[in-house]
Amino acid sequence: MTPAGSLLTAVGLTKTYGPTKALDGAEFSIHPGEVVAVMGPSGSGKSTLLHCLAGIVTPDSGVITYAGRELTSMSDAERSALRRSEFGFVFQFGQLVPELTCVENVALPLRLAGTRRKAAERTALSWMERLQVEDVADKRPGEVSGGQGQRVAVARSLVTSPRVLFADEPTGALDSLNGELVMQLLTEAARATNAAVVLVTHETRVAAWSDREIVVRDGRSRDMERAI
Amino acid sequence: MSLLRAWSRDLAMGARFACAGGREGWIRTLLTGVGVGLGVALLLITTALPSALAARTDRGDARSTVGSPTAEHPGPDTLLVARSNQTYRGKDIEGTLVQAEGPKAPVPPGLSRIPGPGELAVSPALKKLLQSPDGALLRERLDGRITETVGDAGLTGPSELLFYAGQSGLDANLNRVERITAFAYERQTERLSPLLLLLVVLTFVTLLLPVAVFVAAAVRFGGERRDRRLAALRLVGADSRMVRRIAAGEALAGSAAGLVLGAGFFLLGRELVGGFDIQQRSVFPADLDPAPWLAALVAVAVPAAAVAVTLFALRGVVIEPLGVVRTTRPSRRRLWWRLLVPLAGLGLLTPLTGRGDDGGEFNRYQVSAGVVLLLVGITVLLPWLLERLVGRLRGGPVSWQLAVRRLQVNIAGAARLVNGIAVAVAGAIALQMMFAGVEGEYTVRTGEDPTRATVSIILGSNVQGDPEQLARQVAGYPGITDAIPLRSVSAAHEPVAEQGLVDVTVGTCAALREVAQLDSCKDGDAFWATGGSTLGGSYGGRAEPGDKLYAGNVRGYEQDVKPVEFTVPATLRTVPSRPDPVGVQRSGLLLTPSVAPGDTGGYGAQQIFVMTDGPAQEGLERARTAAFKASPLSVASTLHTTRQSRSYSTIRTGLFFGATGVLILIGTSLLVSQVEQLRERRKLLSSLVAFGTRRSTLSLSVLWQTALPIGVGMALAALFGIGLGAVLMRMAVQEVRIAWAEVAMMTGAGAGVVALVTLLSLPPLLRLMRPDGLRTE
Amino acid sequence: MSIGHTLLGLLEAGPRHGYDLKRAFDEKFGHDRPLAYGQVYSTMSRLLRNGLVEVDGIESGGGPERKRYAITTAGVTDVESWLAQPEKPEPYLQSTLYTKVVIALLTGRSAADLLDTQRAEHLRLMRILTTRKRKGDLADQLVCDHALFHLEADLRWLELAAARLDQLAKEVRR
Repeated sequence: MTPAGSLLTAVGLTKTYGPTKALDGAEFSIHPGEVVAVMGPSGSGKSTLLHCLAGIVTPDSGVITYAGRELTSMSDAERSALRRSEFGFVFQFGQLVPELTCVENVALPLRLAGTRRKAAERTALSWMERLQVEDVADKRPGEVSGGQGQRVAVARSLVTSPRVLFADEPTGALDSLNGELVMQLLTEAARATNAAVVLVTHETRVAAWSDREIVVRDGRSRDMERAI
Repeated sequence: MSLLRAWSRDLAMGARFACAGGREGWIRTLLTGVGVGLGVALLLITTALPSALAARTDRGDARSTVGSPTAEHPGPDTLLVARSNQTYRGKDIEGTLVQAEGPKAPVPPGLSRIPGPGELAVSPALKKLLQSPDGALLRERLDGRITETVGDAGLTGPSELLFYAGQSGLDANLNRVERITAFAYERQTERLSPLLLLLVVLTFVTLLLPVAVFVAAAVRFGGERRDRRLAALRLVGADSRMVRRIAAGEALAGSAAGLVLGAGFFLLGRELVGGFDIQQRSVFPADLDPAPWLAALVAVAVPAAAVAVTLFALRGVVIEPLGVVRTTRPSRRRLWWRLLVPLAGLGLLTPLTGRGDDGGEFNRYQVSAGVVLLLVGITVLLPWLLERLVGRLRGGPVSWQLAVRRLQVNIAGAARLVNGIAVAVAGAIALQMMFAGVEGEYTVRTGEDPTRATVSIILGSNVQGDPEQLARQVAGYPGITDAIPLRSVSAAHEPVAEQGLVDVTVGTCAALREVAQLDSCKDGDAFWATGGSTLGGSYGGRAEPGDKLYAGNVRGYEQDVKPVEFTVPATLRTVPSRPDPVGVQRSGLLLTPSVAPGDTGGYGAQQIFVMTDGPAQEGLERARTAAFKASPLSVASTLHTTRQSRSYSTIRTGLFFGATGVLILIGTSLLVSQVEQLRERRKLLSSLVAFGTRRSTLSLSVLWQTALPIGVGMALAALFGIGLGAVLMRMAVQEVRIAWAEVAMMTGAGAGVVALVTLLSLPPLLRLMRPDGLRTE
Repeated sequence: MSIGHTLLGLLEAGPRHGYDLKRAFDEKFGHDRPLAYGQVYSTMSRLLRNGLVEVDGIESGGGPERKRYAITTAGVTDVESWLAQPEKPEPYLQSTLYTKVVIALLTGRSAADLLDTQRAEHLRLMRILTTRKRKGDLADQLVCDHALFHLEADLRWLELAAARLDQLAKEVRR
């Protein structure tokens, strides 16, 4: 079942929130360096799928394997450590700490992993240059535009050189041009570091930056490439 | 007219927002209400306290016999009374022996009739104690038939232990027995000394100021969310004055809820107070009745303050349709006017230096204003100090960085959080210093030595049976190592004498060693003790070996009791006296039993020193019972090295009550705002957890976020508390001495509140960190 | 757009006369261009010839004789594969896509599946355009963006149409 060479795979995921079945037997797999778009109507369970894959939420049943290790049987601390070192995250809203400056926000994951402040901020700054937001380094998130903020968030997600980048509607709050820019920089950076990207979106134009898409509908996933 | 209409319309709309607005809305209003309510309850209790204390005093006076009119001879309206206060298991029991001499004898307050011989009227609390297993030993002492329960009119508080015991053997000639024709007591108001007045003023200010600070903080719960809602109102067309009025309306609704809840808390607290018993003082719920004008003042002042605080908080804020904009960057806090406030306070207090000397007068308004200004100085200096200190902080671990940055963004909020606690701690430190200083003045060294004897029993002069026999009986009780009887009696060279009286102390050698330094002693010896400070030689009498003396009724009080004749033994030796266990240094004749005069017919005093080895609760209680049985007029007192003035300990009790309340209150407010702040950051917390932030990192950052401002606040509070204490002590002409232990204790208490609040905010924090927060609602 | 498949799809709901077929087609798809009866006749004969429909019965009343057509199993399979086959993404596909969605809903098939398949096909082209855009100059970018926006617009319209029709179908069935 698991395609050879997969970095992250999931089989038979189910997750229930109260009366609603968010996932009902979803499957997923991604290769290193691959960008996979997760599409589907709102409420279909695509965000829940991402949360499960990233080890933020434990599924009720099913198995998730990351680099040969079973994510679903790890402790919370182990999964947290994994998220710190191997995964990166970009969300639509509310992810930058409003009190920290942008460069401090970008450096945060490195500092959480134990890097010293100076070194962490140096690495952070180089990533900010790559995402063309080095000029807002010392501003606070409230003082920069939405597009800049989102690129700062992308820089933060990449700063630990993660092997998997989880992006949940990363352009959801942006206009076309800024959305384009974020997607371009995100996919380029991910390809350059051979990071896999799990991209949750409902926009086809955003999904077009992916290599492959799966569709989640009523908690079930459908891999369009193999369906055809 | 139109302005009035606009105001009422907008206030009403604000009030509606406070109550509607979904779950979030009413939870926020409830939090504000609870916060304000707690403050209101404390205010009401504080305003009710003076009248409650007055009511206690009034009833205490009403039953007092100290200043009662007395009569020379028995009549139809005379009553014999004697105090017979008891101690039982460390509790004081107020007892009065009564014996009616006629049908119209005055009835004590709270009773319907005078208890007859062998009958007992007891307070409800004492009745409960007597009927409980704990009171079994006491029941042996007070074994009369309980015929009546003393009504509230005869009690100072619900848990007071009090009895009236009907007697038949009282006699107006007996020591400590009075013949009265009425209860009640002409009050001579004891004017508080300037020093005590200072303490009272300080206590009230210290308690009320944090409450005011707290109420101001409580009406701002949920400020950020409210700002967003106001912005939304601007979007639909409200102008900036309208939204301010709406905000005022919300604050008004919150404080109105607070008033209602506060009245509820107060009534509830009042009922609870009835069950409280601090240092054996209790208060009747009905006594806790705030003066109507004070209650009205609270009802008006709290909502007015709420509105004022809200409008003041919105002063630097422009509410735009798309969000709230702080006008420019809040300007750097200036120091000069902040320094003016405490300096003005100091300026008011300094001229009063040295006025606390005897008879000195303080202008109490000047004192209050000075103290208030000094303490308010903390609240204006704290934001400045925090800005200076926190603004410079850099680096550190992630948890520290998160906390410091958060504080840098919202210095005012952090300061608001800490202000109340800092004021309370500063005031408490000043008070503690004052108390520590005053303690020497108002605490009397008794001279008693508890290591030599635990209890001293002075038997009533109508004692039944042989005191020596009684002492042997007491010595046999469990835990009692010894019971030493001593008899003291006056003697003279003539059967009736006015001058030249000689004190005679009779006891075994062991007993006499307690009052003088004896090299050797055997029965039949006699000594002449010298060096006594209080008694003995004071009459100037002198006895030589072989002198014939008369002991007992040598002053001719009663015709039918004749003095007893005896001879001073020839072996009389002079010895230096030493203080006995109660601190009395006797001089005069010391006689062993075989050379002592016989029964002096009730004249003189019988004393028994009871020695124990470690705690001997039961033995001591049985000893007291035996003494009471021998004569209800006996006094059994436990020996203490020091004794505090009553006024002093009352103020300290007040401070204890208040400080507890204030700390609980401020702890609650800290917790509420902490949790609220966390709720507003729910999404952020979830995303931080998503990218692998350890829970411990976030918990620590919450701790820093509270601990840092509290640390600064405590330092400032310690500084101001010591300063205020020093100024006040100089006013009171006390030697300025910093009570470091108290300073550490008070700041430690503040730190303890932080720790507790952090601990209590952890469960909601952990809950908020769950990934559910990432789900879009 | 394939009239043959559309008529077959309409027949799948039940046998109909030629005239009824025309009326149903006009009602649902032919707002601006009603189908000529001759076109129905010639299409039906072609379908008969290919064995996708059969004559269910002939009614001879007063007027011209009227054949009643019914779909064969081969016909159903043909409709099935037509619906499953995504259209080549190109501008102005809406009439074809719309017809497909309506037929899918009418024949009780899942419009969502059809949509997913079509989206995958669109995405294939959009990926190519995105890659070209990424590597190309400004002119390429502008041209590709134009195409991308059109393709996306079609998809979004299709999604909306499917959702609306699905709702409608539910209401009709109720």
